[in-house]
Amino acid sequence: MTFTFKKRSNLPGFGLALGYTVLYLSLIVLIPLAATFLKASSLSWDQFWHVVASSRAAASYRLTFGASLIGALINLVFGVLVAWVLVRYSFPGKRLFDSLVDLPFALPTAVAGIALTTIYAPNGWLGRPLASIGIKSAYSPLGVAIALTFIGLPFVVRSVQPVLEDMDKELEEAAASLGAGRWQTFSRVVLPTILPAALAGFAMAFARAVGEYGSVVFIAGNMPMKTEITPLLIITKLDQYDYAGATAIAVVMLLFSLILLLPINLLQKWSSSREEKTTALVAEDTQ
Amino acid sequence: MSIEAKNITKKFGNFTALDHVDLKIPSGELVALLGPSGSGKTTLLRIIAGLEFADSGTILFNGEDTTHRTARDRRVGFVFQHYALFRHMTVFENIAFGLKVRPRNVRPSKEQIQAKVHELLRLIQLKNLAGRYPSQLSGGQRQRVALARALAVEPSVLLLDEPFGSLDAKVRLELRRWLRQLHDEVHITSVFVTHDQEEALEVSDRVAVMNEGRIEQVGSPDEVYHHPITPFVYNFLGNVNLFHGRIDEETPAIHEAATGDLVYVRPHLLEIQRQPNGGSDFRAVIKHINSAGPLVKIEALSEWGAPVQVELSQEKFRELQLAKEETVFIIPKELKVFQKKAV
Repeated sequence: MTFTFKKRSNLPGFGLALGYTVLYLSLIVLIPLAATFLKASSLSWDQFWHVVASSRAAASYRLTFGASLIGALINLVFGVLVAWVLVRYSFPGKRLFDSLVDLPFALPTAVAGIALTTIYAPNGWLGRPLASIGIKSAYSPLGVAIALTFIGLPFVVRSVQPVLEDMDKELEEAAASLGAGRWQTFSRVVLPTILPAALAGFAMAFARAVGEYGSVVFIAGNMPMKTEITPLLIITKLDQYDYAGATAIAVVMLLFSLILLLPINLLQKWSSSREEKTTALVAEDTQ
Repeated sequence: MSIEAKNITKKFGNFTALDHVDLKIPSGELVALLGPSGSGKTTLLRIIAGLEFADSGTILFNGEDTTHRTARDRRVGFVFQHYALFRHMTVFENIAFGLKVRPRNVRPSKEQIQAKVHELLRLIQLKNLAGRYPSQLSGGQRQRVALARALAVEPSVLLLDEPFGSLDAKVRLELRRWLRQLHDEVHITSVFVTHDQEEALEVSDRVAVMNEGRIEQVGSPDEVYHHPITPFVYNFLGNVNLFHGRIDEETPAIHEAATGDLVYVRPHLLEIQRQPNGGSDFRAVIKHINSAGPLVKIEALSEWGAPVQVELSQEKFRELQLAKEETVFIIPKELKVFQKKAV
């Protein structure tokens, strides 16, 4: 038996497309990542451990991943809600509202950071009332979470929106005619349909938040052990010409991200598998 | 349960989908809403179901006003044209859905649900496929699952929206016989929407023919086919030749563009002869012959240049030995005249 990538197919250009894909991924992703590992490996194991397991680094991991997770979870819930409102209802200013969703993508992160800091600072519009009830928003871990929620907003909305638009209204009508209430219809019929897309959006929002730097450094206050995020720690090390130390922490971040993204992706795959495995079958009996 | 729609009007923007429609459906009957697309039949069905609400008029179930109740509270089973099965649930879970979402105090036990679903699976003859997902089923199987799902909640009324519309011809035939049988067994008041006159005539106890948001005629299949009261009904319930003619001394006759009365003749009620009979015959030239099928279909051109369709038996066709471009005489055996004012 000979092994071939190529099966006879009507889709042209498989070899060419795969070649470009591999080349592109190598240039853009694989080679830089490999360089990171290479640079980090210039440290001995003890040195490496000393850098990545220092209490300052550990505190930054907790903050970065914790705040990213909180931000992504908030976006999961409210992103689905925003997508729902944008798809299901029509109201004046809907288009404006719709394009506002992309703003966190388009805005330079530093601008977002300054804007958020101004508003949430102890004398800002929202910071003052919050401070008066004893909640410190800017210059605290809460501020970090706010910034990471802000930059992650579009991901869930934009991945759920097209799925909701495609969803057959008849499904909800069928559920209603079978006696299901609104909440039952949502949780048993709508939610399973949009879950894969929502999880994909959640994973992207989370990944983006983990790597976010620009918008966070203004609002965080950057106190070591308290409000210092890992990307800032890396920059600090680079400023001190400690390239090996910087890449060592980068490697740990990469590994953490992979470990966290893998189950999310598996979950997403599992929830969409029941519909995917069958697309081939659908083709043969759409009469 | 009997259903009554009284004076229902529904508009979508400027388009009037239903225009003061009245319809009574006695308990236990299987009624077809028949009409071309855009005639308002699906809208009427959805208003009966509570999936849509009328601009004016009332819906009565067993004489009780349900106009303002939602689908959820009307206890209707609704079957959609495109099945609307829940893709992430198995056949079993789909059928059980209506029972599982009941409030806790009226929800059947797990065992009862299981028994009910298996009973329905037997009814739709899909016992072995309980664990499949909808996308692993054929169109006909999906539609039967959709039907079982609707029946599981023991609805008082079963409503079907073009239930066989997206199936191929053979499955369609099978499934509609099966629906008829099912109705004879279960005796649930049922309304189904179709644009296929053959389907409506074959399956239903009564047919309501709809056109442009109005009901043209309601009656048994026999009644609407043989005694149509409007040209539209006659036209819609089978192939038809339209002639202009008039009534000559009580007997209708076909003439080229005569007084303007409309004369309809079904293709199988036209006879072909080699000789004129000196009466209502007219001359025509045969243009096309299709002899594949139980009847031979002939297209001819009348002496005044209008196309005429004739259907005759294979036997008669062999006897006459007709050929293309031959001139023959056509004699109508039965005419249906609608006088101009009635149109």
